Amino acid sequence: MTSAVLKCCPVDVTVNRSLSTGKLHRVELLLQTKLAPGTLDVLLSKSFLCAPAVGVSNMIAKLAKICTLRISPDKLNFILSDKLASGGVSMWCELEQENFFSEFQMEGISAANNEIYLELTSENLSRALKTAQNARALKIKLTNKHYPCLTVSIELLSVSSSSRIVTHDIPVKVIPRRLWKDLQEPTVPDSDVSIYLPVLKTMKSVVEKMKNISNHLIIEANLNGELNLKIETELVCVTTHFKDLGNPPLASENASQARNPEQMAEVHIDIRKLLQFLAGQQANPTKAVCNIVNNKIVHFDLLHEDVSLQYFIPALS
Amino acid sequence: MKCLVTGGNVKVLGKAVHSLSRIGDELYLEPLEDGLSLRTVNSSRSAYACFLFAPLFFQQYQVATSGQDPLRCKILMKSFLSVFRSLAMLEKTVDKCCISLNGRSSRLVVQLHCKYGVRKTHNLSFQDCESLQAVFDPALCPHVLRAPARVLGEAVLPFPPALAEVTLGIGHGRRVILRSYQEEEADSTVKAMVTEMSIGEEDFQQLQAQEGVAITFCLKELRVRLPAHTHHPVLPACPGPGLTALPLPSQGLLSFAESANLSLSIHFDAPGRPAIFAIEDSLLNGHFVLATLSEPYPHSQDLRSPELCRPAPQLQAHSTPLLDDFANDDIDSYMIAMETTVGCEGSRALPSLSLPPGLQPPCSPGPHSEEEEDEDEPSTVPGTPPPKKFRSLFFGSILAPAHSPQGPRPVLAEDSEGEG
Repeated sequence: MTSAVLKCCPVDVTVNRSLSTGKLHRVELLLQTKLAPGTLDVLLSKSFLCAPAVGVSNMIAKLAKICTLRISPDKLNFILSDKLASGGVSMWCELEQENFFSEFQMEGISAANNEIYLELTSENLSRALKTAQNARALKIKLTNKHYPCLTVSIELLSVSSSSRIVTHDIPVKVIPRRLWKDLQEPTVPDSDVSIYLPVLKTMKSVVEKMKNISNHLIIEANLNGELNLKIETELVCVTTHFKDLGNPPLASENASQARNPEQMAEVHIDIRKLLQFLAGQQANPTKAVCNIVNNKIVHFDLLHEDVSLQYFIPALS
Repeated sequence: MKCLVTGGNVKVLGKAVHSLSRIGDELYLEPLEDGLSLRTVNSSRSAYACFLFAPLFFQQYQVATSGQDPLRCKILMKSFLSVFRSLAMLEKTVDKCCISLNGRSSRLVVQLHCKYGVRKTHNLSFQDCESLQAVFDPALCPHVLRAPARVLGEAVLPFPPALAEVTLGIGHGRRVILRSYQEEEADSTVKAMVTEMSIGEEDFQQLQAQEGVAITFCLKELRVRLPAHTHHPVLPACPGPGLTALPLPSQGLLSFAESANLSLSIHFDAPGRPAIFAIEDSLLNGHFVLATLSEPYPHSQDLRSPELCRPAPQLQAHSTPLLDDFANDDIDSYMIAMETTVGCEGSRALPSLSLPPGLQPPCSPGPHSEEEEDEDEPSTVPGTPPPKKFRSLFFGSILAPAHSPQGPRPVLAEDSEGEG
């Protein structure tokens, strides 16, 4: 079983790492349907790494209740872009399909618009994939059972000769093409400061305690590897200092010369949004960068193995 | 009444009480010749549960102290459960448990003899009551499924803990299908995920049902268990990320049966008739009787061909008079048969039902069952709209409204709570 998947998967460092930690099962993904509007005919068949997939779906479920799943020939994206409902927070999560699947075929509406956008409740997907942890085979189909569904069909390992099959029908809403423009990758703003984040677990426990004091958090950082989290109320001020974090190399030379490395760039944000973001991170990411645009927005850019996650929290007005 | 439970059986008793607590708020305790019976029913009368512990289960079992009539009592489930709340504690520290009924002071005395000479005595006040007896007979149900409880416990794992109703039926290829049930009139903008589990016939010890039969019942009453990590010996032990333990106040019948390594039998009939979940071994038996939805199986839940959506319902709901389509004041027809203490002796007449060995209700509704024996087919009630709710009255599978006698029904006296 393992060798069959290896033959299909591109051999690269990331995949090998997953092999040693995750469970590998041969899985087929078949997305085939004809849905109105138009003919959305998707055929997706793939070998699927179950454990990392469960991890991604769990993370998305913690970050966004309802999200958009965008399927394109080379990527899968989980998008949260409902500015009003989420108070301005937006999320863009991307996975290269070839890191998860060994075969991937899909057909969108047309050659020019070769994408599918589905809106779903993320908890449903994570619950469905959770069943797959002990799966022998996994199939995902886009179906139309009175309403569009993502049907996850899992064949479980069983001690007895007969197999057990679990089917989850996740109701989805197919998003029409005219709304796709709102769901594009957010442009990464030119940041004033870019800094590597400390261990997320530590950050989360600090922020959790601070939440009890105030909802208004100031996050600030400089080009000297220093990051501070500040809470200020009438009675008390609490600041947690993280030092020696390191800064990623700057994009342009001009920027680095102009800015005083000691000078802090800060954003005032709602602490609950930061906490929700941190709560979604189960494992420590491979790479975690925080970009701050002074008084405008804080942008978190994470990489968990093969999955990239971008999370934008705007400044409080 | 006095009985003594020792050793591991204390924990078994505790687990049984936990399972019962999922169903009802009051526990009916009755010492019988056959053993100690613990029964409960839920407030809407749509679920009934009983455990019967044989005399061999106890180190000492005395139905009645000399000179006294056997007492039966009704106690608050919460009170009784508090004695057995911590199963871990029961296992580790309790050596013996002595239960006795003190008629003079109206107290049920539960005494736990623990290690290090500690003795905990619980005096629970009880009320005299009539015998709680549901009318049901597994032998009359045409369909039976039997499997190790573990199989069914695993089968319900993919379903969300909050799921209320589930449909169980036989699908294509004699596969047993469990599917989450969606109310038809649910809010159409928010659709819930539908989960289906399909198990092969080989996993069952007995499967006596045709393809296409199905019933819908409330899963919550049976369930609530911790997800187990030990089900797949084929795989290397690798703890799954994100497997969270369900917060449990107590365990249900499924986990009781699993821990006791018993098989669970499900006896059922047409939709609308109660389904009986039974476990049995030499020392005890348990029966959970649950109401089932009486709507004809809607086509969207067609079990036979999951791929096709046929418009016509596959199941022919038996033309059972709609047992659940009546208002609560019709409760007389369908309530659990209650008998007055006086009436009990009189109607210990032979039940015309053939009951499985080990389950002999002490008081059975004599006159009614004899009448119904002659009825082969329930009559149809044409033009009745399908009922939407089924959580009401469901018992009295022998009785049919068209045939219930108009005269006084001595058997169906109301529970005289609070009236002395």
